[in-house]
Amino acid sequence: MKDNFPRGQTAIVGGATFGMGEAPGYGNMDLAAHASMKALAAADVSLSEVDGLFVALPDDFLGGLTFSEYLGIHPLLTNNNRTGGSAFLTHAMWAALALTTGQCNVALIAYGSNQRSLSGKLISVLKPPYHVAPYKVSLPSTYALAATRYMHMYGAEKKHLGEVAVAARKWAQKNPDAFMREPLTMEEYMKSRMVADPLGVRDCCLVTDGAAAVVMMRAEDARARVKRPAYLLGAAAATTHMEVANMADLTVTAAAESGPRAFAQAGVKPADIDVVELYDAFTINTILFLEDLGFCKKGEGFEFVSNGRIAPGGELPVNTNGGGLSCVHPGMYGLFTMVEAMQQIMGTAGERQVDNVHLALAHGNGGTLSSQATLILGDDATL
Amino acid sequence: MNPIQPEKDYMNFLAQGKFMIQRARESGKYIFYPRVLEPGTGSTHLEWVEASGCGTVYSTTVVRMRPPAADYNVAIIELAEGPRMFGRVDGIPPDLVKVGLQVRAKVITEDQKPMVVFTTTENS
Repeated sequence: MKDNFPRGQTAIVGGATFGMGEAPGYGNMDLAAHASMKALAAADVSLSEVDGLFVALPDDFLGGLTFSEYLGIHPLLTNNNRTGGSAFLTHAMWAALALTTGQCNVALIAYGSNQRSLSGKLISVLKPPYHVAPYKVSLPSTYALAATRYMHMYGAEKKHLGEVAVAARKWAQKNPDAFMREPLTMEEYMKSRMVADPLGVRDCCLVTDGAAAVVMMRAEDARARVKRPAYLLGAAAATTHMEVANMADLTVTAAAESGPRAFAQAGVKPADIDVVELYDAFTINTILFLEDLGFCKKGEGFEFVSNGRIAPGGELPVNTNGGGLSCVHPGMYGLFTMVEAMQQIMGTAGERQVDNVHLALAHGNGGTLSSQATLILGDDATL
Repeated sequence: MNPIQPEKDYMNFLAQGKFMIQRARESGKYIFYPRVLEPGTGSTHLEWVEASGCGTVYSTTVVRMRPPAADYNVAIIELAEGPRMFGRVDGIPPDLVKVGLQVRAKVITEDQKPMVVFTTTENS
């Protein structure tokens, strides 16, 4: 059957973050609730109007129930798709389908995590299966395996990963909400402590607290609430594996499927995109996703990101908030790509605002390069 | 229906010192990790076969630990039969494990449990 995604028929009307960096004393749901109320207020929507609830919290298996109760709402539908950090982008896809078929009228997508204050580590409820556990496969090592393979295949070097880290930090310096804003030079990057070869600590996402939320409505309702809604033009997801050992090719992610489908739905191509927000759990992600999404060819990403191309002032602004590497990473970063893409389209991104943004891409990664979800957002000129 | 109980059977074989993988009877394809069906086709006509033990390092990393804990290797091994698996290459320093290195499986006991590790068959 033909892909009938409802292009431009829904929009993000409000989005917000809360508790960025460190938010001691709050639980995951407290943080998500604060972000939700900020997002609703930004669009002048009252809590009682929310009738579609999409949520994924670090540790709450029945989040749709507990968060509904916490907010004191009786939603028409809840959705807890848990694909890891990409979950929230899949929520937006399902929200668009639900809104346009009248299954709900106001969709709230929310996330919050206190992992830094709670434990100082990435929190995961996952237990490795019996055939993986004996090898003590750390989370960074899974991405390191992808980086090793990529370098072997295409001749990339450590300094190319460094270009991604340095660019992210330059963007973070323009973002007052970013957790790490001190300058990062290539020399400092190259000297940073190794975690899992070839990845060092500056190749790894932060461990912070933080929450985010967005509110979605049908396009006609969105126009009545806000001046510049961020219309959802395309949304697609794909999954290829759980463990990286089972990837057909460790250098090709499911973004090579989700990206082209989202672009086809939106009727645009990579060269049309003004800002790109990618889930940079590790520096290698940015390179792999730029390739898989079609911004450059496979094996060319490491040269593509060089010479400041994705940094402030470069040809292609990537991760304009500073990303998971330098802005915020509470464990499942995906929703922050959506908030930043929305802000860039609404023109509310402050010092880091990119000029003339009409089209933004937000891309989420879940598991270990396992689930990929791509959204394309546009302003009213793109409808 | 087959009588396969993946984890139980696999671990029992390992306890006997045998590294067993599965083969789908119709397609002839090999399967790891153990399952009750062939991924993709759903065929349940599977049999246990002893792995040749030959493999190649598909990718590798060194997990860096804070002293006194020792750094260690994590690798993805492509078995000669086709499937890939997580593994560890023993017998050489972890940073000398390289993509393409030829390795051979060995069943050892660690933390009171049997497991498969790999050793290099090349002169390093």
